Amino acid sequence: MSSLRPLSRRIPRIAIPRTSSWLPSSQPLYLSKRWSTSISQRPGSDRVRFPGAVNSKFTTDMSFINPHESASIPTYRVIDSDGVLVDKIRGRPDVSNEEVLTWYKNMLTVSIMDVVMFEAQRQGRLSFYMVSAGEEGISVGSAAALTPDDVVFAQYRETGVFQQRGFTLKNFMSQLFANANDSGKGRNMPVHYGCDYPRTHTISSTLATQIPHASGAAYALKLQALQNPDKPPSIVTCYFGEGAASEGDFHAGLNIAATRSCPVVFICRNNGYAISTPTLEQYRGDGIASRGVGYGIETIRVDGNDIFAVYESMREARRRALENGGKPVLIEAMSYRVSHHSTSDDSFAYRARVEVEDWKRRDNPIIRLRKWLENEGLWNEDQEREARESIRKEVLREFGEAEREKKPALRGAFEDVYEELTEEAREQMAELKRILETYPEEYDLRPYEGGIKGL
Amino acid sequence: MAVFRTPPWVSAQVRRYSSATPTGRRLNLPIDFKTTPLLHHTSNTFNASSGLPNNGPSKRLNLCQAVNEALATALRASSRVLCFGEDVAFGGVFRCTAGLQTEFGPDRVFNTPITEQGIVGAAIGAAAEGMKPVAEIQFADYVWPAFDQIVNEASKFRYREGTTGANLGGMVIRMPCGGVGHGALYHTQSPESMFCHIPGFRVVMPRSPSQAKGLLLSAILDSQDPVIFMEPKVLYRAAVEEVPEEPYYLPLSKAEVLREGGDLTLISYGRPLYTCQAAIDAVERERGVKIELIDLRTLYPWDQETVIQSVKKTGRAVVVHESMVNYGVGAEVAAKIQEKAFFHLSAPVKRVAGWTTHTGLAWEKYILPDVARIYDAILGTMDI
Repeated sequence: MSSLRPLSRRIPRIAIPRTSSWLPSSQPLYLSKRWSTSISQRPGSDRVRFPGAVNSKFTTDMSFINPHESASIPTYRVIDSDGVLVDKIRGRPDVSNEEVLTWYKNMLTVSIMDVVMFEAQRQGRLSFYMVSAGEEGISVGSAAALTPDDVVFAQYRETGVFQQRGFTLKNFMSQLFANANDSGKGRNMPVHYGCDYPRTHTISSTLATQIPHASGAAYALKLQALQNPDKPPSIVTCYFGEGAASEGDFHAGLNIAATRSCPVVFICRNNGYAISTPTLEQYRGDGIASRGVGYGIETIRVDGNDIFAVYESMREARRRALENGGKPVLIEAMSYRVSHHSTSDDSFAYRARVEVEDWKRRDNPIIRLRKWLENEGLWNEDQEREARESIRKEVLREFGEAEREKKPALRGAFEDVYEELTEEAREQMAELKRILETYPEEYDLRPYEGGIKGL
Repeated sequence: MAVFRTPPWVSAQVRRYSSATPTGRRLNLPIDFKTTPLLHHTSNTFNASSGLPNNGPSKRLNLCQAVNEALATALRASSRVLCFGEDVAFGGVFRCTAGLQTEFGPDRVFNTPITEQGIVGAAIGAAAEGMKPVAEIQFADYVWPAFDQIVNEASKFRYREGTTGANLGGMVIRMPCGGVGHGALYHTQSPESMFCHIPGFRVVMPRSPSQAKGLLLSAILDSQDPVIFMEPKVLYRAAVEEVPEEPYYLPLSKAEVLREGGDLTLISYGRPLYTCQAAIDAVERERGVKIELIDLRTLYPWDQETVIQSVKKTGRAVVVHESMVNYGVGAEVAAKIQEKAFFHLSAPVKRVAGWTTHTGLAWEKYILPDVARIYDAILGTMDI
């Protein structure tokens, strides 16, 4: 068993104090001690003390709750679609002008990269792309409230999170072209970015699978903070769309986060469409926010086109998530997916072009922040033109370099399935090498780093 | 496009993700679906293919259209047939259900929320109460949340119900599967061997439009057992052939000998059959041998008799599939061959399949079997 390494050291033992709350006490059960969770009905009480509902009043009025009769959860906003502060009394958002300008440029970068890469896919220069038009405010605004030590699990439409957390254009382009500089080693479809630090786990195409991961990761952070009080407290943030919230993993993830009091902020981007399926056919009830309430999770709905509302909600959610030892928070950020689902989709097969054009014209996180900046005298037409030109130039430069870079070496096809190559993998690599050497004219290994030596 | 102007120095060095075939190749060439003998380019070949009606009119359909026609035929034939899944209402992401909601209404053809466990679970319930639900999983890569429903519920349903007689006949789970060249980890998988390990479902994979129509109609209207119907998505547009217009059934759990030969048996199913055909052409051009090609069609419970009879005749067998080689369909077929035809074998049974790894984007064409690997395996098995 050459692939098994001998244990180099003894398995460490963790000293557990006798008073540890991790394990139940060793008292014999026959003493009929009451557990802290035990519930009983007091005689004459006016409310239920069943284990499953500990504070429910008895009633003789047989009334069913009709969810359609209660008011919708309101949507928090700070500025309106003209970029004007709605509540004059509360004052302007507590963010420096410099920071807001960074957000704006980050949103512009994402949107310019989106246009360039969508077109590049149409030209056959990369296999696939997904834009996040209309949702840049949610990604950039929420990521702005995180610290670099916070951990992110994202879906596939959060390019702005990566941009705001310092992912460079070179990082983006290396991933998009699956070249040798890609942190995912050229294994993933385009837009499945990943980053070691600030920790942003590599995107999986599957829907909602990241949601329970976020709960478990948050629990890990919580325990690590308990075990190491010197470590600054951090949270997990988890992004997903309203379509993904139909998967079982969404419900599992929220429920585990609630029962284990995990410091995690769930952010649902409710953009109205899951590929072709409108929200009316995706769920009933008051959006995704109502689900959070059902799981006993503190919840807010925000206007996703208002970057200040997103930022402030996230900042407050983060504070709450770390309060009293930790708890989950849900943010439902409302937006409209103005783009097609992906380059594989033509959304005009299922929705009217005029509906999309209306949204584009009426409201958009970038235009809204631009109006605010202009109202504040922080931005003008010349700066806009200059910023767009320089970002576009930079995007194209990195595009060209990444496209010419070599693909990762062939051995990467077999590596990292396990920590070490298995016997079977080594056999298969040898067999592939034999084939490549026997039929050299049948393969073009030039794009790969090291050619046949890369195997 | 004004949006994206290519500087001349870039365009000169552009490497397209779908690169053109370099000259000098004679094996790993693109499959020519317009000439492959595996497709009926005219209706004259219907006679040669068992089970296809050969008196009536036919029309040219691709695999996607043939699936669509089978679904429409089934929906028309029985009011018990339902058709649902993610994005099915507008026609599905591959357009296999296009027009069905318009013709049959939203009660029978409808969108579901994104929940594969819900889709399959609801199909089980509907079938248990006498309907024939045809559930679509958008990609085979996304079937895993439904695995509890498939393995613990649907597969065991008839067995568990005993004398109540309740069963899931008529329930079909359709899913596009297999590689297209750039699907990477989550748009490439071909998980048939996972379904084959659990008895209870018939696991079917058609190779062509005419096969898809007959097999899907059998699955929905004729089968008393639930069926997993896996559609090689790379063939949706690529495979075009004449398909008989009238409805017809093709038998489940019955393989088909696509070409007869006495020197070696090549066993496959789905998309790699075309790769096998190209390898056979190359071998037969160079050597005076005849190779028998068998399409399993149903992967479980599979047609052992056809395969064993063939191997007893040829004494040599190669099994080819796209999904990973380890614990795959090829392992089962090879084991059965050595059990039942060991003393007829002149060479070990060889498997050519996907390597035991995930399909990393940059290397898909090196991971899945190509013509050169099948050609090499045939020669290697012939020369022992």
